[in-house]
Amino acid sequence: MAHTVVMPQLGESVTEGTIGQWLKKVGDPVEEYESLLEVLTDKVNAEVPSPVGGTLSKILVEEGKMVAVGTPICEIAVEAGAQAGEEASPERAEATTAPSPPPAPTQEPAAAKTAGSERGRYSPAVRRLAAENGIDPGTLTGTGSGGRITRNDVLRALEAETAADKAKPAASAAPAGSVPVAGAPAVIAEGDEVLPLTPVRSIIAERMVRSKATVPHAWLMMEIDVTNLALLRNRAKEGFKAREGMSLTYLPFMLKSVTSALRKVPIINAQWNGDSIVMKKRINLGVAMDTERGLVVPVIRDADRLSIVGLAASTQDLAQRARAGRLTMDDLGPGTFTVDNTGAVGTILTYPIINAPEVAIVTMEAVVRRPMVVDDMIAIRSMVNCCISFDHRVVDGADAARFLRELKRSLEAYGPDTEL
Amino acid sequence: MAVKTFLEAIREGLRQEMARDARVIIYGEDVAVRGGVFRVTEGLLAEFGADRVIDSPLAEAAIVGTAVGAAVNGLRPVPEIQFADFIFPAFNQIVQEAARMRYRSNNDFEVPIVIRAPFGGGVRGGLYHSQSVEAFFAHVPGMSVVIPSTPYDAKGLLAAAIDQPDPVLFLEHKALYRSIRGEVPDERYLIQLGKAERKREGTDVTVICYGLMVGFALKAAETLANEGISLEVVDLRSIRPLDREAIVESVRKTGKVMVVHEDNKTGGFGAEISAVIAEEALFYLDAPIVRLTGLDVPAMGFSPPLEHAFMVTAEKITEAARELARF
Repeated sequence: MAHTVVMPQLGESVTEGTIGQWLKKVGDPVEEYESLLEVLTDKVNAEVPSPVGGTLSKILVEEGKMVAVGTPICEIAVEAGAQAGEEASPERAEATTAPSPPPAPTQEPAAAKTAGSERGRYSPAVRRLAAENGIDPGTLTGTGSGGRITRNDVLRALEAETAADKAKPAASAAPAGSVPVAGAPAVIAEGDEVLPLTPVRSIIAERMVRSKATVPHAWLMMEIDVTNLALLRNRAKEGFKAREGMSLTYLPFMLKSVTSALRKVPIINAQWNGDSIVMKKRINLGVAMDTERGLVVPVIRDADRLSIVGLAASTQDLAQRARAGRLTMDDLGPGTFTVDNTGAVGTILTYPIINAPEVAIVTMEAVVRRPMVVDDMIAIRSMVNCCISFDHRVVDGADAARFLRELKRSLEAYGPDTEL
Repeated sequence: MAVKTFLEAIREGLRQEMARDARVIIYGEDVAVRGGVFRVTEGLLAEFGADRVIDSPLAEAAIVGTAVGAAVNGLRPVPEIQFADFIFPAFNQIVQEAARMRYRSNNDFEVPIVIRAPFGGGVRGGLYHSQSVEAFFAHVPGMSVVIPSTPYDAKGLLAAAIDQPDPVLFLEHKALYRSIRGEVPDERYLIQLGKAERKREGTDVTVICYGLMVGFALKAAETLANEGISLEVVDLRSIRPLDREAIVESVRKTGKVMVVHEDNKTGGFGAEISAVIAEEALFYLDAPIVRLTGLDVPAMGFSPPLEHAFMVTAEKITEAARELARF
């Protein structure tokens, strides 16, 4: 008999996943719990174990395609009788994230999915014809395999356009409402290099566009005096390195202060839910990290329960695994708030994009020594800017400013003698 | 005009060139008394005598080496390598001497030889009687590599090859010898080397091929025409010189290309064709270039299932072209 494997729900907020790579071919024997395929969601790869033992008999979704959670993705032929406990095992894959309702039908129309990963990827012939004739291929319906826009699709659209021009009513070229990736086509000149989108890059692009297009971003900045924290760090860093085996940076202090500021201004640790606002109980901090494959945002769970040393250890561990591409689904979330350590790349002011459905994101810019007025005197102080982008549907400017003030107070409270 | 087999067309071409030009001589293993293992040269000994149709020792380097010497001294030898699989002992003579003589002697000497060699598989030949060797020689400047696909082309290309002054490797697919027939004019005619021919007009997918594969591609085109898929079949006829214009013209028309050869894939001549398309027709491509070739294994097996697994067939072309048309 055949057992149908469905796209598992790999995280609370995950509604769909992209097939990254099939690790088994049709006809391959598979053991229970053996990895079947890689699924890309939320910016990482996760291997999906087989719920049963048997032989992979049919692959229903090819690599690179994105499907909703609950969609059948392959079939495994199970020897009759050989697998007595088999009825129980399929449940367990879903049981881990059980309480959510059967995730099968998502709101998005199925048609939007046919294009899948091919969306925005066109053959040279299609690009040339489209550019020459001022057509946006993203607005066409593809008739090629997997919904690909073929050269003939463009030629047909051209014909239709000329016919429509003659027949007056100025052509309903395309519903511009389909938004996402289309936009203005790139101008490709001789010598330019065109890089295909990696799955990770596609996901980043899709999420950024969605956040920018649906969340009303507002922005504030506050400057914070970390002179005393700098003194503390200088005093403590050698001992810390010797004791803990890692460098002491400003980041764990920032994270610690962020958690206490979130406790004071809980609306910053909320989520937009359409007709309601969800106040998150736990504080799970996403920390944006740059890797060779692109941006990843691993999450420190219950960050408010960790000490400075604990936060330093967590960030170092996550950073190392992010760079090595070894993050797991557990590392990814769900986050409730995001911190972006932009100072690491030397900026002093940034306008970050909110990691929806979170309602705010804060940056820590570079620590710079600047002349400041202190008690009617000019002094050299170590200053850092913290910028916050917030979802103005949920958070008002006063809340955001209050959060930054709390952050400021907390960071400025450190002194050279604070015990770590 | 009469209907002739591929083999008869070649024999007639040889006879006409020998009758026309006394400098044309033939030699090789078993070509005289026996008339060649495939009987291509049958009857020529009786007609032209033992001075012009000569049985050679079983030594390929010597066959080509003496042909080079004879050519430099004014003859027009048409040596035969009994099976292309055995051409490698003569590789040095062909590549180092024949192909480079004109350049090396600053144009003082030329080597007008046509080396005929049966090649290819699908005839239960096993390892040593099934190989395709064209890619080794198409790499070499100074020589031509000609691979006809029909009786008409074979005779016209052979005459043109003997007529021109530089070395030519003339590859005759064994499976074609007696399997195909076609109208062949009785009189002498020349088909210029380096000119491809569009053997079938089409609009959806271009199939670029040569030799035995041309007939297979035409058969695939017939099958797919019933499904509403239109294949264009371009027969290169010679791969060096290569008709780049014909390739590019067809690709610009269809936007989808399949390169087919029996030789194995890696470093095969399809790689060169693909590169030409990438260089000169990139912005007309509507799909990745598809190469359908023999397998990258050391040899075509002797057993029928292994041979079939290796060989490109009309069915395999049909399947791949259908998929490409749908892309």
